Amino acid sequence: MTTATLETPAHAAHRSRPFAWVQQSLTLAWRNIVRIRQNPEALADVTFQPIIFLVLFLFVFGGAIANGGTWHDYLPYLLPGLLVQTVVFSTMGTGVALNDDFAKGVFDRFRSLPIARIAPLIGAVLGDAVRYTLSIVILMTTGFVLGFRFQNGVGNGLLALVIVLLFALSMCWIWVWLGLTLKTAQGVQGVAFLVMFPLTFGSNVFVQTDTLPGFLRAFVNVNPVKYLVDTMRALMLGGDLQKPLLITLAWMVGLIAVFAPLAIRAYRRRT
Amino acid sequence: MTTTNQVAIEATGLVKKYGNTTALAGVDLSVPTGTVLGVLGPNGAGKTTAVRILGTLLRPDAGHATVGGYDVVREAGKVRSIIGLTGQYASVDEDMSGRRNLTLVGRLLGTPREQARARADELLERFELTDAGDRIAKTYSGGMRRRLDLAASLVGRPSILYLDEPTTGLDPHARNGVWETIRDLVLDGTTVLLTTQYLDEADALADSIMVFDKGSVVASGRPAELKAQAGKQSLDVRPSEPAHLERVAAIVAESVGARPTVDVVNAVVSVPVNDGTSMPVVVRRLEEEGIGVTELSLRLPSLDEVFLALTGHTAEEKKSDNILEGASR
Repeated sequence: MTTATLETPAHAAHRSRPFAWVQQSLTLAWRNIVRIRQNPEALADVTFQPIIFLVLFLFVFGGAIANGGTWHDYLPYLLPGLLVQTVVFSTMGTGVALNDDFAKGVFDRFRSLPIARIAPLIGAVLGDAVRYTLSIVILMTTGFVLGFRFQNGVGNGLLALVIVLLFALSMCWIWVWLGLTLKTAQGVQGVAFLVMFPLTFGSNVFVQTDTLPGFLRAFVNVNPVKYLVDTMRALMLGGDLQKPLLITLAWMVGLIAVFAPLAIRAYRRRT
Repeated sequence: MTTTNQVAIEATGLVKKYGNTTALAGVDLSVPTGTVLGVLGPNGAGKTTAVRILGTLLRPDAGHATVGGYDVVREAGKVRSIIGLTGQYASVDEDMSGRRNLTLVGRLLGTPREQARARADELLERFELTDAGDRIAKTYSGGMRRRLDLAASLVGRPSILYLDEPTTGLDPHARNGVWETIRDLVLDGTTVLLTTQYLDEADALADSIMVFDKGSVVASGRPAELKAQAGKQSLDVRPSEPAHLERVAAIVAESVGARPTVDVVNAVVSVPVNDGTSMPVVVRRLEEEGIGVTELSLRLPSLDEVFLALTGHTAEEKKSDNILEGASR
């Protein structure tokens, strides 16, 4: 060493640790959780919204859809579907928050540090897993209070919750990518709604699909939300599991395989 | 071990374009280890773009640069491990406390939790933020936020520090605080690249100064050399009758021996001078000619005047249309 600039910096140790990116990602996830605690009002979309949606859909549509029955008969059908809709909707918050972080310059700090390029993105996603979990817990608790029960064993029921969480963690890479690509948080939100409404309403979340016109049924049959909802219902209520589960898992792998690399590329290019 | 002749930052032919706009039009610079380079220029001159390239946040379209001997594009990770970056807009997390902001950086650098906390406390104390350490940064004043940002860039004890307009928008007291910190860092051997819009700041801190304009280096040298060209001070004469502007300009030119600028809007004649010795001459000549004045003063030259002296045109022209100006180059 002949130059002062090459003296070992205090943090040079990070380079010798092969899994440094894991610790960096967890540290950044911790940051996001700390921020949630600091701004609890930002959690409205995953706390009150699921409750309001459940109550509204259950009591407004319940009697009509249950075909002679009451809302009691609609609840077991609705809850697994609404769970998917709630969690899928909450994934877009990840992209909005990332876009905001970039706009505020915090990411300049991260990008000037010797950390893995992917760490801030994984950190954002893992931190948001807390939000997704919260929305799942709140919706299910409300459901239980209203009389919902797992009819296919508690183990399968809990497995369903894990799968919907993992699906959210796969799907949110779309929003990570868009959050880094689009210019403003409003833009991200606009695109998100444009995608989310057809995905969740053009499915079997609220109604059985056999009354739908042909073109819509064709869309529903390629809609991943349908297969995720089928998986939820199979695990929570019973029924054919294998086909919807396999298709759901394939979608999860596909979403990550396509959008995670796109997101990383967008992160590298964003200036 | 000799460090005097080592180069910490070296750039050749840096070019960066945004669409049709040229932010940097081929910049060369070299900063010896342990020295301070002041990059002086108006908004839109390309200062921030240069810092972002040297800080690995942007890739140059042409040219290349090494920092601490590492290439900023090919060895960006190694560059990041020896630099600290303080942006023009303080990049702190507003939703976290000052202390957590600093611990976060320490943890990201792989420091064990206890050490990261100790380092955060140390920096909070050094930047007089200990009392505010547990408040969220959103509640900080502009000066506190800037100090926190500077502290965050020092967590990893960088040997090379970029400060992008570290005092823009700060009150004089906060500004002095930042200056003192920079001086301390330089005493510790840190190499600093500082951008600023203020000549006195560059003069107070830098070992050498480069003047940027429209993405190019238009002048460079030691502060004393540049000041000799620009004049250390500015002599202003405001005649009581605006009609006398031309005659006042002629008198000033003759007395000082330099071409003054005539500001018709404000009806004032200004000329760069090195000291006040020519002032009595100006006063006598004005008296002889019977011209009354409402103002006769010596002041530090503004950036515009430095620009005029160094480049032959004022910085003001570019401020109005800084981006578009670059596009036509």
